[in-house]
Amino acid sequence: MTASAAGSFPLRPYLRPDRVHPPLDYPPYRSSQLRAPRQPLVLLPHRLTEVTGPLLGEDRVRPGDADLTGQHAGEPQGERIIVAGRVLDGDGHPVARSLIEIWQTNAAGRYRHDGDQHQAPLDENFTGLGRCLTDDEGRYRFVTVKPGAYPWRNHRNAWRPAHIHFSLFGQAFAQRLVTQMYFPGDPLLPLDPVLGSVPDAAARDRLVARFDIGLTEPEWALGYSWDIVLRGRGAAPFEPGGDGR
Amino acid sequence: MSGPAAGLTPSQTVGPFFAIALPWPDGPQVVPEGTPGAIVIAGRVTDGAGDPVPDAVIETWQAARDGGFGHPDDPRGAAGGTEEAEAARFRGFGRCPTGPDGGYRIVTLRPAALPSGDGRTEAPHLDVSVFARGLLDRLVTRIYFPDEEAANAADPVLAALAASADRDRRATLIAAPDGGGGFRFDIRLQGDRETVFFDV
Repeated sequence: MTASAAGSFPLRPYLRPDRVHPPLDYPPYRSSQLRAPRQPLVLLPHRLTEVTGPLLGEDRVRPGDADLTGQHAGEPQGERIIVAGRVLDGDGHPVARSLIEIWQTNAAGRYRHDGDQHQAPLDENFTGLGRCLTDDEGRYRFVTVKPGAYPWRNHRNAWRPAHIHFSLFGQAFAQRLVTQMYFPGDPLLPLDPVLGSVPDAAARDRLVARFDIGLTEPEWALGYSWDIVLRGRGAAPFEPGGDGR
Repeated sequence: MSGPAAGLTPSQTVGPFFAIALPWPDGPQVVPEGTPGAIVIAGRVTDGAGDPVPDAVIETWQAARDGGFGHPDDPRGAAGGTEEAEAARFRGFGRCPTGPDGGYRIVTLRPAALPSGDGRTEAPHLDVSVFARGLLDRLVTRIYFPDEEAANAADPVLAALAASADRDRRATLIAAPDGGGGFRFDIRLQGDRETVFFDV
């Protein structure tokens, strides 16, 4: 067929979530003031460009990329942890063979980035970059160290709770998501305007990982479970043994 | 699950330190430099004060020259018509962090027009995501081409804008010729001539 041919075919749009994502204009997060658009967003129906997306594969991931503690000559300082979970869509289907990229501070709360001037030590054995592909069931697993809290200048005595940045592609442009994972029991969580920008309390809770003794490896590392759910299309619920899409 | 939106993971800002992870050496090359027919699309990202945004990352997604996406969810077929030899070099996806001047630059091929699924035709376009400190969710816009006037006039997205109260802002989605065969597409996050951003 020629792609320019007019014709009718079914497109399966993704559902539009209500009250899941933060508003763009959120004054408590000061950096939004000059960057959030003032005009309302214009509805874009999902057509071919939105229901497809980059399917980035093995060539984006090198061996060892999922172990942030093994990328240098020595082991990084800090509390070794395992962060693992599944990537699903809103219909319960696993998001298989999909690229995840993460970045974080070291255990002292310092990013390996020229722009981070926090008076905390760098760690020559820690970059803070991880990548992996989900497996056929949407599972992922990283080994890293627990990141530290750090001060920022959003308001007086502002501190970001410890977090890991996650970038996900899903299977479609409409599913692209960049987010942050937090740690349970962190006293900074209720004070953080970035987490607090999420309007719904249950949705905020979904950004907090769960300590998982089953994922914890004896004599070695604590385990944190965190599942990520991307938009679905309202399709039939996933049936084991189905085509997985 | 209690409802369609139940359980979705919320967006959070990419923050100022994504350069640890997101830039790829070949990110801006949707096709390698020097590929026959390759064009450059470049521009600046500016904020509501007109100042450059030096800590944004731009991502693009588009069809190939023959309209293919090489994607299994393409209802026209997974291959989508993408020519094999070209598909080997064409990623469809570009990623470029902005520099100190807010500038970004993508090397790509011009995409084909696309059937809209309901009998109309979308003009050639790239979908664009903008991530930056200060943006709690990504912004999405589109790049259209200035020398596709007839196709743009028939494009359902541009036509809907032209028929709305936002008609004066339609022009923000049309790239400008850069005089060298490429295109310039500036992204104004806020204020004067604010770029049209989409609820995707």
